[in-house]
Amino acid sequence: MAVIRDMIAPFELYQPTGVDDALRLLEEHRADSWVLAGGLDSFDWFKDRIKRPAAVIDLGGVEALKGIREGADGGLEIGAMTSLADVAGDESVRDAYPLLAEAAGLVATPQIRNQGTLGGNLAQDTRCWYYRSGWPCYRAGGNICYAATPQSMNREHCILGASRCVAVNPSDTAPALVALDAEMFVARRGGEHQQAYAAADFFIGPAIDITRMTVLEPGDLLTHVVLPAPRPGARWYFEKVRDRKSWDFSLASVASALQMDGDRVADLRISVNGVAPYPVRCEAAEAVVRGQLPDDETGLAAGEAAVEDARPLRHNDYKIALMRNLVRRAVRDAA
Amino acid sequence: MEVVRLTVNGDERVCGVPAHYTLLETLRYGLGLTGSKQGCDKGDCGACTVVLDGKAVLSCLTPILEAEGRHVRTVEGLASGVEPHPLQDEFDLHGAAQCGFCTPGILCSAAALLDREPSPSREDIREALAGNLCRCTGYEKIYDAVEGAAARCRA
Repeated sequence: MAVIRDMIAPFELYQPTGVDDALRLLEEHRADSWVLAGGLDSFDWFKDRIKRPAAVIDLGGVEALKGIREGADGGLEIGAMTSLADVAGDESVRDAYPLLAEAAGLVATPQIRNQGTLGGNLAQDTRCWYYRSGWPCYRAGGNICYAATPQSMNREHCILGASRCVAVNPSDTAPALVALDAEMFVARRGGEHQQAYAAADFFIGPAIDITRMTVLEPGDLLTHVVLPAPRPGARWYFEKVRDRKSWDFSLASVASALQMDGDRVADLRISVNGVAPYPVRCEAAEAVVRGQLPDDETGLAAGEAAVEDARPLRHNDYKIALMRNLVRRAVRDAA
Repeated sequence: MEVVRLTVNGDERVCGVPAHYTLLETLRYGLGLTGSKQGCDKGDCGACTVVLDGKAVLSCLTPILEAEGRHVRTVEGLASGVEPHPLQDEFDLHGAAQCGFCTPGILCSAAALLDREPSPSREDIREALAGNLCRCTGYEKIYDAVEGAAARCRA
């Protein structure tokens, strides 16, 4: 048998063991750098030779970025390099933040959850196949969207938040963290500067920067995520809809966290992903539910409010009904 | 060129590889262990699955230098001498392999499962193998074989 020739463009590999070293390397190489976490998204790009970074900075040896610890104020701190399997299986996550455990446990496959990291799942690039195939679209620096022409195959693309690009954010853990009101911590400029972002602000749409999915710019590092202390009387819901029960990215996924006051919903957060270039926070739906009983009627009204601004492409109008029903269940069936 | 050291099926191995090699490329083209299969090479099929420090991983998406100093178990390491692993024997008895291309990866996922859970339920087995595609068997005979092997390992 012929030996399959390695197709990855050569790169310089750096394996820092400390966060400071990693940040220094990122600062040094900036635009030429690539952060390697679990390697799943990265090696897909490299093997297609579409992304060819000169300097790959492998965080696999940075122990300080791994693990789940008690945070300040009774919350939980999860290192960006913690594997999805560890997030899904962790007792404290399962007890206090079951929607995150569920979301992490529904990512791809067991192997991918063993290798893939929370940080990688949050910072992953979109799956739009025109973009992934190397077409010179807006997101890749060109001036056309191949997914929004009359002939485009766009069953998986967005119904909300488009701005030239119609690709969606594929992360399962992202809507869970938005619903949980988590904070993402980013270190930049070699560690001189640290900034915390509310989960919903960590993700950006194409209107803000069409080449990125998150606030992370070259040289930046997502170090950890902090979950606020769980509040008594909270109810949760998470659901991921996909073509197959394994492997697939979501067609749409919903996460909700409800704060109850007796029978009524005092406050809540609902987030839907897979329908926009960023995890959508459904504020209109939340306003419908606040102060109400979380029954089917309220859920239906919330679902209608959530899709009010939705605009389908040629092949994805099913996502409007899907999102409406997911939001309905996220209110009605939260437990 | 980097010199990588790792334990493969209990043996200390040394191999010179380019820094961008994957664990799968090292196993197949550096060490001559061609049991682990290069299927999609993108994380979409599971044929390259090996056990790294006790966990099933995709060797096609594992940078080789991430495996430095670690323990890798491949399909070649399952049998004891000429004695097949109970999983291999049960796959044979149940006709759980047809074309056989997915089999090494499935055996590795199943071996990792039996090491952490000696009495897996049918659902545990389905879940543990949810990252391995088989286009021949329809999976039922594979689940039967893993159940049979689990019973034999417990005995």
